[in-house]
Amino acid sequence: MPFDVLVGVSLVYVLVLFLVAFVAERRAARGRLRFLHSPWVYTLSLSIYCTAWTFYGAVGYAARSGLEFLTIYLGPTLVFVGWWWVLRKLVRIGRTQRVTSIADLISNRYGKSNLLGVIVTLMSVASATPYIALQLQSVTLSFGVFAAQTPGSWALPDQSATALWIAGGLALFTILFGTRNLDANERHHGVVTAIALEAIVKLVALLAVGIWVVWGVAGGLSDILARIDASDIAEWSLKPGRFAGLTFVSAAAVLTLPRMFQVLVVENTDERHLGTASWAFPAYLLLMSLFVVPIAVVGLGHPGAGSNPDLFVLTLPLSEGRGTLALLAFLGGFSSATSMVIVAAIALSTMVSNHVVTPLWLAIYRDEPAERGDVRGLVLMSRRLSIGLVLAMGYGYYKLSGGTGALAEIGLIAFVGAAQVLPALLGGIYWRGATHLGAATGLLTGFAIWLYALFLPSVGESGLISAQLMAEGPLGLSWLRPQALFGIEGLDPLLHALLWSLLFNTLAFLVFSILSFPGPVERLQGVAFVNVFEGRPGARGWSRTQAEAEDLLSMAQRILGAEEAQLFFQAQAAAQGSRGFLPDPTPDFLAALERQLAGSVGAATAHAMISQLTGGAAVSVQDLIAVANEAAEIKEYSAQLEAKSAELARTARALSEANAKLTALSVQKDAFLGQISHELRTPMTSIRAFSEILMEPDLPEPLRAQYAEIIHEEARRLTRLLDDLLDLAVLENRKVQLTVSVANLHDLIDRAVQAASSTRPERDFRYERDFPAEHMPVFTDTDRLVQVFINLISNARKYCGAERAVLRIEVKRRGKLVQIDFCDNGAGIPKAAQGLIFEKFSRLTDTSKAGGAGLGLAICREIMANLGGSIDYLPGQGGAAFRVTLPLRRQGPGPVPGGVASSGKDREKV
Amino acid sequence: MPGSGTPLFLARRSYRRRRMMDAARLLPLVGLVLFLLPMLWHPGEAPVPDTARGMIYLFAVWAGLILATAALARGLAPALDAEEEAEGSPETGEG
Repeated sequence: MPFDVLVGVSLVYVLVLFLVAFVAERRAARGRLRFLHSPWVYTLSLSIYCTAWTFYGAVGYAARSGLEFLTIYLGPTLVFVGWWWVLRKLVRIGRTQRVTSIADLISNRYGKSNLLGVIVTLMSVASATPYIALQLQSVTLSFGVFAAQTPGSWALPDQSATALWIAGGLALFTILFGTRNLDANERHHGVVTAIALEAIVKLVALLAVGIWVVWGVAGGLSDILARIDASDIAEWSLKPGRFAGLTFVSAAAVLTLPRMFQVLVVENTDERHLGTASWAFPAYLLLMSLFVVPIAVVGLGHPGAGSNPDLFVLTLPLSEGRGTLALLAFLGGFSSATSMVIVAAIALSTMVSNHVVTPLWLAIYRDEPAERGDVRGLVLMSRRLSIGLVLAMGYGYYKLSGGTGALAEIGLIAFVGAAQVLPALLGGIYWRGATHLGAATGLLTGFAIWLYALFLPSVGESGLISAQLMAEGPLGLSWLRPQALFGIEGLDPLLHALLWSLLFNTLAFLVFSILSFPGPVERLQGVAFVNVFEGRPGARGWSRTQAEAEDLLSMAQRILGAEEAQLFFQAQAAAQGSRGFLPDPTPDFLAALERQLAGSVGAATAHAMISQLTGGAAVSVQDLIAVANEAAEIKEYSAQLEAKSAELARTARALSEANAKLTALSVQKDAFLGQISHELRTPMTSIRAFSEILMEPDLPEPLRAQYAEIIHEEARRLTRLLDDLLDLAVLENRKVQLTVSVANLHDLIDRAVQAASSTRPERDFRYERDFPAEHMPVFTDTDRLVQVFINLISNARKYCGAERAVLRIEVKRRGKLVQIDFCDNGAGIPKAAQGLIFEKFSRLTDTSKAGGAGLGLAICREIMANLGGSIDYLPGQGGAAFRVTLPLRRQGPGPVPGGVASSGKDREKV
Repeated sequence: MPGSGTPLFLARRSYRRRRMMDAARLLPLVGLVLFLLPMLWHPGEAPVPDTARGMIYLFAVWAGLILATAALARGLAPALDAEEEAEGSPETGEG
């Protein structure tokens, strides 16, 4: 097996992974999710539990300590077999609270405290670092095996260069597919699908090697069993402490490892998938470990297999001349390593950006909440940087630890580190008395002991703990020796660290929880988490507030993206029964908004951002009643009454608003009638006057021509006004005849811009357009559509008060609809007037300036209704903004069948 | 709490489902005990090496647990379906 071929095959394999991820993203973007949502993809994605540590390390582990390696898979098996207890609850909580990471879950449960988020983030990063180093090491070693086989071919200069290349490539893949978008649900279809594929590759590879070993090298089942009993492995002795301890720590780790939490909870799309995974994932683990002992036994007895049992999976086929099988095994190991690193990097970068970078940014820009700009760019950039940072740290640890230690030991260090979250996690979802202080002290205590007794000693002699300190303890205090705390010697270092760290962690958690008193938000979250199956409301925490819906919208747009935020606000407004983009800022709406934001930036940040606008959280009466169980029913009843009366008040307010609108309209109508008479009268007067002059017989010819011209112009103005009124009448009665044709939207906008340029031509007026997006065929009455565009553009030219007026025209396709936004940078339209601008007789400025009769937008609205679309005012865009929505193919209120009507013959009154 | 709306006795099918949930909760405990049983053995000290037998035992328990879990998951699927539909409806917009 030439080394070049190996490098070539790996590159092709990586390309295939890119392709699979890309195709899956595309399918997801088009909403074709059926395959991606299958329980099998979910189960396979869980297989990132089996990293290179399993793939290579399990055999080495078995060669060193016999059946003990099984504990690493028995623990998770028990957790999945008991899915009805813990996993189901975790997944449910994760979905109802839109949890983005394990740090987010802990911070959300304990009063949305960002401090806890930061602690868990730091712990996770620290414990994942050796693990990532382990993956880099295993891929590097496996490359080395092949390079050693063919000394003649080219090879990379040294192993750390290989590791560097791999780290860089993985960072690239993760950034490409892990941070493409800031998903509201934090789900990555491309990555998950690629990982499912890798899961199959590694399973097939290990099974192939195993089957070949049992039936190809050894003489079948009975022979292999005899060989096992005859080999050194049979000498292993089961150490009860380690056996139970490792089963426990691996069970804990499958819940608390950030990457497992990511695939298990965050990427879960359907709770029912858990039912399949409950047995399919243990079955996967069983198959992965089925041939571990046979491979180890055959490897130990084989002269060509080399001295490092961690690499038997590769060296056995190679020494027997099975190049293809070795290559398959290499790809399996490569898959195991890469899939783990990718998911770990995504999970950790989400935590770092949500709990460290974004809160910092918020704290720095606290005083300018109205500042425009997209937070999403910042969040995505911080995630990309964190991915790079995480991988760089993994590489650093690999360099520092010399890449020597046995694979199994490094993996276990990471497990014990991750397990420190367990008390706070389980306490949080089963015990309402668990508090923020308890969780923080527990986590910090456990983390400190883990660092001191396990992690730092693992870095090695060159690292941070000297040999003298290891032997004598700090300052000569022998009872504080890192691996013999309290003078208890002879304990296995791993078991020693596990015991003390979790013991003190749990103790601190319980004691401080009992002694401290939780805040209101924390108590509510406690109920929401512990009683998640009873459908209790979570902490709403937002009572009546002064927050303006428009401010909330402009903030939400910066996090969710304009489109997403507008859709959400529109849906919420519709749920409250009003049209438009701005719902009332009711507590329910604020809670829903907070959950939506939490899906992007984490609960703590979302909470902080909303309280920045609403002026602090307050716990409403209803929420407190949900906590206090005594006499709850009576109080709940009165609270319901209160809610009802609040609703009545809202309805009354809406009614009085409607009434005010009607009154305003009626006043305007009167004014308009006066205006219309005036408008009709002025030209009539001059026509009459000049025609009287024309009757004079001795008028000079030039004057006669001039007067005739004036009469003609006035008559035209009159006609135009009457035309508008008639047009409106026809449109309103849906009797207009449409000339439907296909046109390029880009050309239509061009036409409109051209035609509108005569309005205030002296102004410096700039257009911002996105030409590629505009090229889109529309099937509609193009002249009518252009009429709407002209109206909007000339309005902007007329009224935009900015010194450097800019009109942004954005075209977006949404399914079968196309949205065209016209946003200028002027003062916008005051909120009070927003409801009126589309009404027939309304005008914002005084009539003399406007020049028209105030019919323009009313006609636009009617045209759009006739074309089957709509036109709306879009608040919160920093200026006046209108959104024209149009179906790509015209449907909807067409002309009445059989009713032939042209604007001239129509006799409907205005 | 009896009398507060939930009936004291359930229909046969719901009763079965409840017991199935109990079984699902019990199963990991059974598995734990069976997995930890080898702590009572001392394979290294036994006169005849029996690591292979130990391995067969552990894998057999493992496979048994997987089968039992699969059967329970099948039985519990309707319960999950009902829940998923009940709470899935207000969130149809996602995904």
